[in-house]
Amino acid sequence: MSGDRILSVDQLTMRFGGIVAVQDLSFAAERHKITALIGPNGAGKTTVFNCITGFYRPTGGTIRLTHEDGKDIAIERLKDFRIAKQAKVARTFQNIRLFPGMTALENLMVAQHNVLMRASGLTFLGLIGVPSYRSAEKSAIDLATTWLKRVGLLERADEAAGNFAYGDQRRLEIARAMCTEPALLCLDEPAAGLNARESAALSELLLSIRNDLGTSILLIEHDMSVVMEISDHIVVMDHGVKIAQGTPREVRDDPKVIAAYLGADEEEAIAVMESGS
Amino acid sequence: MTVLSTDTTQANRAAGLLAILKRAFLNALVALVLFSLMIGIRTEAGSTGQLTYWSRFGDLASLVGSVLGGTIVIELLRQWLGPVGAEKLVPPAVQRGAALAGRFLAPALLIFAIMVPVIFYNQRYILDLGILVLTYVMLGWGLNVVVGLAGLLDLGYVAFYAVGAYSYALLATNFGWSFWICLPLAGILAAMWGVMLGFPVLRLRGDYLAIVTLAFGEIIRLVIINWQSLTGGPNGVSGIPRPTLFGIPLDNSDDGLAAKLGIEFSPTHRIVFLFYLILALALLTNWVTIRLRRLPIGRAWEALREDEVACRALGINTTTTKLTAFATGAMFGGFAGAFFATRQGFISPESFTFQESALVLAIVVLGGMGSQLGVALAALSMIGGFELFRGLEGYRMLVFGWAMVLIMIWRPRGLIGHRAPTVYLKKAQAISSDLVKEGHG
Repeated sequence: MSGDRILSVDQLTMRFGGIVAVQDLSFAAERHKITALIGPNGAGKTTVFNCITGFYRPTGGTIRLTHEDGKDIAIERLKDFRIAKQAKVARTFQNIRLFPGMTALENLMVAQHNVLMRASGLTFLGLIGVPSYRSAEKSAIDLATTWLKRVGLLERADEAAGNFAYGDQRRLEIARAMCTEPALLCLDEPAAGLNARESAALSELLLSIRNDLGTSILLIEHDMSVVMEISDHIVVMDHGVKIAQGTPREVRDDPKVIAAYLGADEEEAIAVMESGS
Repeated sequence: MTVLSTDTTQANRAAGLLAILKRAFLNALVALVLFSLMIGIRTEAGSTGQLTYWSRFGDLASLVGSVLGGTIVIELLRQWLGPVGAEKLVPPAVQRGAALAGRFLAPALLIFAIMVPVIFYNQRYILDLGILVLTYVMLGWGLNVVVGLAGLLDLGYVAFYAVGAYSYALLATNFGWSFWICLPLAGILAAMWGVMLGFPVLRLRGDYLAIVTLAFGEIIRLVIINWQSLTGGPNGVSGIPRPTLFGIPLDNSDDGLAAKLGIEFSPTHRIVFLFYLILALALLTNWVTIRLRRLPIGRAWEALREDEVACRALGINTTTTKLTAFATGAMFGGFAGAFFATRQGFISPESFTFQESALVLAIVVLGGMGSQLGVALAALSMIGGFELFRGLEGYRMLVFGWAMVLIMIWRPRGLIGHRAPTVYLKKAQAISSDLVKEGHG
């Protein structure tokens, strides 16, 4: 782990009252790579995620995001919406959070709010319809169209997002996050509830995001087939602490990891071991 | 087989009738228990202070009988109409006709509104009613930004109406400023109060937000009542100048509009002028709202209504987004307030009670939250309908209440329940109200 780091989590601690959800966790995510955060249920993965994306303020420790130009941003000190705006961290949610009453296209337009807001001169110039805003809106629609095409929903651009099937909603949420043009994309269980075919399509999509656009990805996932197939680096957590990290192969063979999964959930342990064979 | 199926339908029908009768008798029994003491026996203090009572079993019997009969009628109607909320097959021709009518409804209404002073020139009552309806249309459109688009339940909207009215009244009577200077000032002042209300309620949602905004409306009213030295307290502000046509007064004087145009003076000129003034203000509100909806700020308002957490994850500053919604809605309320003051010539705190807030909110909800046309139709039917029932006197509120209940049963999401997308690639498809969130406050 000496490569170009985009995210450095250092001694992160999160307490809720007397409960320690995350204890002195340190790990890093490399630029242009896919890093997976795995662990049995209740290991504290989503807590870490919420700290990184600003939904929780950590009790202790630092989270540093390094942009390509070398600028460091201390995420733990930023307000939630500024993390998306300035640190360029985008996220999706475990239980999908689209805007169900808005069309797929509108969902992707909302994601480009800050760019469009600047172009519309904080609304005042947009209200009188200056040409520069019109061109900005057109390029926003173009970006949205590109992403709708990528996730295979172009035909349904004008339909309400709430009408989409579960798998389509997952892909639309990823497209929406990507429309903010993030440096780091955080995905909270993107394969949850997907069938085998949809999981395979998801793996393909995530790999193409990494390869074509060079966006770094951090994901929490239970679906080991997805994790083992696409991850460059895996961090394993249990009971709020890191128990292992390394390449998929290293993690798979680590006895501590197998023990953690065996102790927690038989099915998941079998899934870990089977994915190795 | 056919015989058998007829038998079963008959059996079904008999069972259905039996169920209806059973329900009707149950309702009648409940009515009997409830009304036996409330209606059946009447007590009063006698001449020497002793308790006198007498029975009214005839009234009781007629009430219980009407509950029995009414239940049977309602149940039969329900069977005939099918379950509430069920999808009904509408012939395509009728659907196309309805779509066509829908497309031409808004322009037709607009043309009608412009023609009203021409058609009803001699009917002062209709013109006054038209001005009243348009004032509520404008208030409804203003509140629609806050409640319909941003999903923030505001029960104190009348506060901004009051701020606008008093801003104009005080500036005009104390400094003699003209209506056209005071109008934007009234809007700006109301918007500032909107932001001031917005700050403390940023963290509140739903019921809590509603209660705090309700209190805010009352605070403004109480301040107006008690700050006697500035606002005149309960006596209000009188002698508010009438609006002028860019400096030309609309009165009987030598430099009035009638004298300048060389036509005979008529008090109707001023009423017609006021009508077009409020129409223009309402259309401005409408135009700005429609434009804002298609701008990033409007989309952010609607996204906020749909899911606030997702908004924050996308880098939208929910604080400023909420505050701009409050400020925009308040500004339009302030404009309407300034117009109200100049039309009345006299304002007092009595005009700005909670009832006004409730009425405007009812217009927005009845119209279908977020729909501009729906709000206009709702204002027309609420204010116009209220006047229409005037002949019914004591039963007016009863009829009005019934009408509201029926509309909420048949159209629970308002007259126009669907949402039109703000941007589209190929074709704008209306979004069913089932998907659109109402906001969490």
